[in-house]
Amino acid sequence: MALQGFSIETQDLTRVFRVKRREARGQSREIVALDRVTLTVRRGELFGVLGPNGAGKTTLIKILATLLSPTSGTARVLGIDVAQNPWEVRRRIGMVSGGESSGYGLLTVEENLWMFAQFYGIPGREARRRIRELLAIVGLADRARTKVYHLSSGMRQKMNFARGFLTEPEVLFLDEPTIGLDVGTARALRTYIREWLDEHPDRTILLTTHYMHEADELCDRVAIIDRGRVLACDAPAALKRGLQGEAVFRLTVDGEGDLGALLANAHGVVRFTAEARDGPTELSLILADEGALVPVLAALQGAGARLLSLEKREPTLEDVFLRLVGRALSEGEADAASR
Amino acid sequence: MPLRAEVGTFLRTAWGRAYPRVIGMSREKSWILFDVLLPLLQVSAYVFIYRAIGAPREFTGFVVLGGAMTAYWMNILWSMASQLYWEKETGNLELYLIAPTSRMAILLGMALGGIAATTLRAVGVLLLGTLLFRVPLAPTSVPALVGVFLLTLIALYGLGMLLASLFLLWGREAWHLANLLQEPVFLLSGFYFPVRALGFFVALGASLVPITLGLDAMRQLLYPRMMEGLKFLPVGVELGALAGLGVAFLVLAHRALRFFEDLARREGRLTLRGQ
Ligand SMILES: Nc1ncnc2c1ncn2[C@@H]1O[C@H](COP(=O)(O)OP(=O)(O)O)[C@@H](O)[C@H]1O
Ligand SMILES: [Mg+2]
Repeated sequence: MALQGFSIETQDLTRVFRVKRREARGQSREIVALDRVTLTVRRGELFGVLGPNGAGKTTLIKILATLLSPTSGTARVLGIDVAQNPWEVRRRIGMVSGGESSGYGLLTVEENLWMFAQFYGIPGREARRRIRELLAIVGLADRARTKVYHLSSGMRQKMNFARGFLTEPEVLFLDEPTIGLDVGTARALRTYIREWLDEHPDRTILLTTHYMHEADELCDRVAIIDRGRVLACDAPAALKRGLQGEAVFRLTVDGEGDLGALLANAHGVVRFTAEARDGPTELSLILADEGALVPVLAALQGAGARLLSLEKREPTLEDVFLRLVGRALSEGEADAASR
Repeated sequence: MPLRAEVGTFLRTAWGRAYPRVIGMSREKSWILFDVLLPLLQVSAYVFIYRAIGAPREFTGFVVLGGAMTAYWMNILWSMASQLYWEKETGNLELYLIAPTSRMAILLGMALGGIAATTLRAVGVLLLGTLLFRVPLAPTSVPALVGVFLLTLIALYGLGMLLASLFLLWGREAWHLANLLQEPVFLLSGFYFPVRALGFFVALGASLVPITLGLDAMRQLLYPRMMEGLKFLPVGVELGALAGLGVAFLVLAHRALRFFEDLARREGRLTLRGQ
C-alpha cells in the first residue's frame, strides 16, 4: 500500500442520513451530515476539526474509524480506503469520544483498560505496564483499583482517554476529548496530547472540538466546518491573519430595542453577534476597518443604548468562524472549559 | 498478521470479554442467591405435584435437572441475546467493532462468561435440589452425560449468538420477542415434564431450542428405565441433532452478524447518535 505521505485523506466525502418520519416531525427527510469534504492530514500532524454541534464532526470520525459508510466520496487512512479495507485500517487506529460512557461498572479502572488491550492482542504484562503509565499521566493512578461505577463522569472520561493511547495507534481520533471536563483536567489532557505527538512524530491525531481555544492552542492546522462543509482549513494563525484588514471589537451595551436590526444595516459592520447576558447585551463586531466604529457607536447611542464597555480584540478563531458563517460558534452555549 | 498472532488475539479477546462476567460472579454474590432460590421454588412446586400424584421418585431428579437447565435458558434470553444491543447503548459496541479482532471471539467471550456465571447457579440448583428432595442418581455413563451437556451448551449458546446478532438491529422490539419466547419455551421444551407428552411434531418443533433435545437426552442417560416409554428420540439421534444445531447456529450467527453489521453501518445505526 503506497503511503502518499498523508495520514488521512478524504475526497468529496459525503454522508447523508435518512431520518424516519417520527423523528422528523411529519415526513421523512435527508440530513446531509457531510457535504463533499476534501481534507488531507499529514503524518505527525495534530489536526483539529472545529465546528458547532451538529456540524458533522462525529460523522467524519465515525467514517474514518470504519463505523459508518460514506454515502459517496472516499476516505483513506494511511493510504488505505476505509470502506474497502476496513480491517487494515482498524489495526492502525484508535478512537475516544469525550461523551462516551463505555466500560463495565463492575470492573476496576485497570481491569477495564486491560480488557480493551486484550482486543488488540497486547500481552498482559505489557498491557499492565502501559496502563500504569497512562493512569499516572491522566491523574488516575490512585484509582486504578476503583470500580468504574464509583468514578465521577470526569474520571471515567480520563479513563477512556487513556484507553485511546493504550494501543499505541498510528492514527488517533479524539472526538471532543475534553468536553464537559473542568479547566484543569482539560488542560492536562491537552498537554499530554501535545507531548505524545512530540514524542511520536510518526503518529497523527485528528481531534474535533467546538472549543475554539482548544483548536487554537493545540492544533497545527484546523478545519472549520459547519453543516457538513469545510469552510476553511489552515494553521490557526493563518486563519486569524485572514481577518487582519478588519477590526474586531467587543462591546457591552445597556438598552432596549432591536440592536440586531440596527447593526445589520449599519455601514461598515461585516459581521456581528449580540448576546443578552442578564440585562446588558454583549456585542461582537467585525468591522471593515477601525474607522467604522464611530458611526456604529453613534447609531447605537441614537437608538438609546448606553455603552458600558468597549474593547478592541485580536481576532480569535471564534471571529474567523463568525466571519465565515455569520453566526457565533458557541451560539447559546457556555464555553467554560476552553478558558 | 501471522496466524499465531491472530489466534492469540482471538483467545485474548474471548478471555477479555468473558472476564467481566466471570469476575462479576464474585462481585455480585447476592444475585446468585436469588438466581438459585427462585428456580428452586419452581422446582419444588413440580416436585410436590409429582409426589401428590404418586409419580416414581426419578421424576424428582427429572424436575431438578429441568430447573438447573432453566438457568441457561434465562441467561440466553435475558443476557446473551440482548448483549450486543446493550453494548451499543453503553457505547462499548463501537469500541469492539473498531478493534482489530474477531467478532466471533467477542461473542464467544460473552458466551463463556455467561456459561461460567450460569453454571454456578445451575450447580446451586442441582446441589440444593438433590439434597432437599433426595434425588436418586444413577447415570448410565458419565462421559456421555457430560458430552450431551456440552453439546447442548454449544448449540444453546450458538442460538444465543444468533439472537444477539438479530437484537443488534432490532433493539427494543427484540426485547418483546424475548418476553414472548420465555413462557412458550418453558412449556414446549419440557423443562418440567417429558417433551414427548406434547406429541411428536410439537416436540420436533420445540427441538429448535437445543435445550429440548439436551434435556431429553440427559434424562435418558440419567434415568433409562423411567424414560423408556417417555423418550422423544434415541440418544444417538439427539446427539447428532444437537451437533447439527450447534454448527448451524454458529454459522448463522456469524453470517447474521456480518450482514446486520454492514446494514447498520450503511444506515448509521451501528452507533448511538448524538455523542
Ligand atoms: N445516525 C444518525 N442518524 C441520523 N442523523 C444523524 C446520525 N448521526 C448524526 N446525524 C445528524 O448528522 C448531523 C451531524 O451530526 P454529528 O456528526 O454528530 O455532528 P457533531 O459531531 O459535529 O456535533 C446532525 O444533524 C445529526 O443530527
Ligand atoms: Mg459530535
